[in-house]
Amino acid sequence: MNNLRRYVTQLMGYPTAVLGLLMIIALIGVAMYTVITIPYERAIDLWRGHEESWAENPRNAKPKWVNYFRDGQLPETLVMRTQDPQASRIEQDLEGIRLVTATLSFDYHYDDFPSEVILFFTSKAEEQRPFVATTWILPDGRRIETDAQALASQQRVYLGLDNRVKRALGQVPAEIGLFSDQSGQLLKGTYQVEIQGYLFEESSDFDAKLVVYGKVHGWAGTDHMRRDLMVALMWGAPLALAFGLLAALGSTIATFIISAIGAWYGGWVDALIQRITEINLILPVMPVLIMVGTLYSRSIWTMLGVVILLSIFGGGIKTYRSVFLQIKTAPYMDAARAYGASNMRLIFRYMIPRMIPVLIPSFITSIPSFVFLEASLALLGLGDPTLPTWGKLLQDAFSNGAIFKGHYYWILEPAVLLMITGLSFAMVGFALDRIFNPRLRGL
Amino acid sequence: MRNGVLLSVRDLHTWFEMRRWGFFHVGYVRAVDGVSFDLRRGECLAIVGESGCGKSTLIRTILALETPTKGEVVFENRLVSGIEPKHIKWYRSQVGYVQQDPFAALPPFMTIRQILDEPLRINGIPSKREREWRIKQALTEMKLTPVEDFLHKFPHMLSGGQQQRVVLARARILNPKLLIADEPVSMLDASVRVEVLQLLRRTQEELNLAAIYVTHDLSTVRHFSERIFVMYGAQVIEQATTNELLENPSHPYTRSLLDAIAEPDAENARQMRVVPAGDPPSLLRPPPGCRFFERCPNAMKGLCENEAPPDFVLSRFHRVKCWLYQDEKVLPVEETEEKEIS
Repeated sequence: MNNLRRYVTQLMGYPTAVLGLLMIIALIGVAMYTVITIPYERAIDLWRGHEESWAENPRNAKPKWVNYFRDGQLPETLVMRTQDPQASRIEQDLEGIRLVTATLSFDYHYDDFPSEVILFFTSKAEEQRPFVATTWILPDGRRIETDAQALASQQRVYLGLDNRVKRALGQVPAEIGLFSDQSGQLLKGTYQVEIQGYLFEESSDFDAKLVVYGKVHGWAGTDHMRRDLMVALMWGAPLALAFGLLAALGSTIATFIISAIGAWYGGWVDALIQRITEINLILPVMPVLIMVGTLYSRSIWTMLGVVILLSIFGGGIKTYRSVFLQIKTAPYMDAARAYGASNMRLIFRYMIPRMIPVLIPSFITSIPSFVFLEASLALLGLGDPTLPTWGKLLQDAFSNGAIFKGHYYWILEPAVLLMITGLSFAMVGFALDRIFNPRLRGL
Repeated sequence: MRNGVLLSVRDLHTWFEMRRWGFFHVGYVRAVDGVSFDLRRGECLAIVGESGCGKSTLIRTILALETPTKGEVVFENRLVSGIEPKHIKWYRSQVGYVQQDPFAALPPFMTIRQILDEPLRINGIPSKREREWRIKQALTEMKLTPVEDFLHKFPHMLSGGQQQRVVLARARILNPKLLIADEPVSMLDASVRVEVLQLLRRTQEELNLAAIYVTHDLSTVRHFSERIFVMYGAQVIEQATTNELLENPSHPYTRSLLDAIAEPDAENARQMRVVPAGDPPSLLRPPPGCRFFERCPNAMKGLCENEAPPDFVLSRFHRVKCWLYQDEKVLPVEETEEKEIS
């Protein structure tokens, strides 16, 4: 206990270690917050990406913070509903047919065109479906009309694909044409969308939602499937930490015990363990994992098990064994035996205290290597397909040519988080190494 | 129980099995190959010999740190060799062990207080006050004063001499009857050797301890012990009282060993010493005859190389394993020196 306090005090003397510890604490905080606010099932469900859950997100939108680094403000997504209080709705009765005129208006003051414009309709009808026609009114008073159409119960109208809009705008894409004056300049001001719906039945009704997709979304941006990257970035933290910690813990403890057994009993037990280790050391880990991923299962927990199994008989066996042998034959062990210390006492009072200094730094520094291993597996397309992890984000970005399309944030964000994780554990680990290392302490 | 005998070693053999790749038997390293002696209470015995002659293995076997292949160690008429560790716990408190390298002999992660506390705890002294008192007393006795300055220090904060005195204190703290010192001063600076040896001697005399003092340095022996054993090639080749051995060395190896003592004498610069060439014998395949045969200046062809010499008795305490004294009486294997004395 006293020793522990001494080590902590010493650790606080290293600014890098303090910084690393703060970073680790922040990561753990984020991980805990994520697990509490977005439960596991919900995260998997979100990441599977039903159109409904992400329908209001733009595709490949940059994160909000890019606006701080540029002159013009990129647009955020605007959503207007006919149910909103500020939307106007006028009903007229035309000989049994009701004409509903709903007007959605919004101010557009951004410095760039939106990325897409979609009208979502929901309607109720028994036999005759409602019939709607939409007019787009620009701030300069021009009116662009869309095709009139009968509504299904759920309907999307992509303004860019509408025939009459196309005819009105010519070659210009809708998201530009609908937001510019005749010279092609962006028009700022109040836009209106007038929806005229003809309802043929007493009970029928319709609602409309206009989504003007922006070019930035959230603090993380979105991917090609409109998914908010924040979900993956946040969920990546607990998954990476869990994977890294469990793998490091499992392999360190197992390695420790096995090497201890080998060193203590010696003879053929030791020889066998050493030969297995040597064979395992020349077996490449990555191809084995790729094989398991391709042929058996890509579940992250299966991978975790395989990674632990493969790293049990790793270099650690040699390191721990050498220290064990050194301790086992140390004169003070003989002295202790000579004054009657039992085997249990020798192990717990004399050997373990000497092993801790070797064990802890290597345990801490091995955590990020397992985090990176998981990320590289995911990058190779062998990540758990259901889970949003940092490696999975990188793989998505990679396979969608994020760099070539300029979606740098898509790669930058998970990469920075991976680097922070690696850096924090490395900084703490190296400081611990300096504190614990028997040679540097002059033991 | 024979009067006065504390420790009795009977025909002790400690062989280590050699294996290739951890599996295949190659042979045995005969580190101790037939050693017998009795040690009386309060008696001090020195064992000298060059490195690798089996001195350390002999005392490790006596300490029950190694299990003998053959033969037995008897302490106060109770067998202590080849017995389960938990059944000889009583023996552990009877023997103090002083090692060669004081720094390595002290666990580096324990304070001096913890180090001295360990033997007391293990050997069942429950009262914290008594343990504390004994720790302080042992430190005072070893002139590690003021005691409070040392209790909380770690071994690496002490000098070599101080470390060795802590080792002495630890060996002495259980009030043992036998003290075993394995080259206690060879790692120390010449300046502190005498001091440590004097402390060792004083402790031994005050407590009337029997002691086994192992060294390869004959010059320190005469201050310390009554009897000397000379070991060569896993056997005791000559034994005698200290004075007798130093004045009348009989085995050719003992003579060369005495010749090698460096006396502070200007004459040494102009004098060539005759030191027998060659290496000590292989303990894996010891020669069939005398183990010193290859290096012996007095070797007799045909005899020495083929037949191992028995112990020839030169005088009351003086025995030697050398064919040069084949006219002398041979000590029968069963007979012990005790009978002779009584």
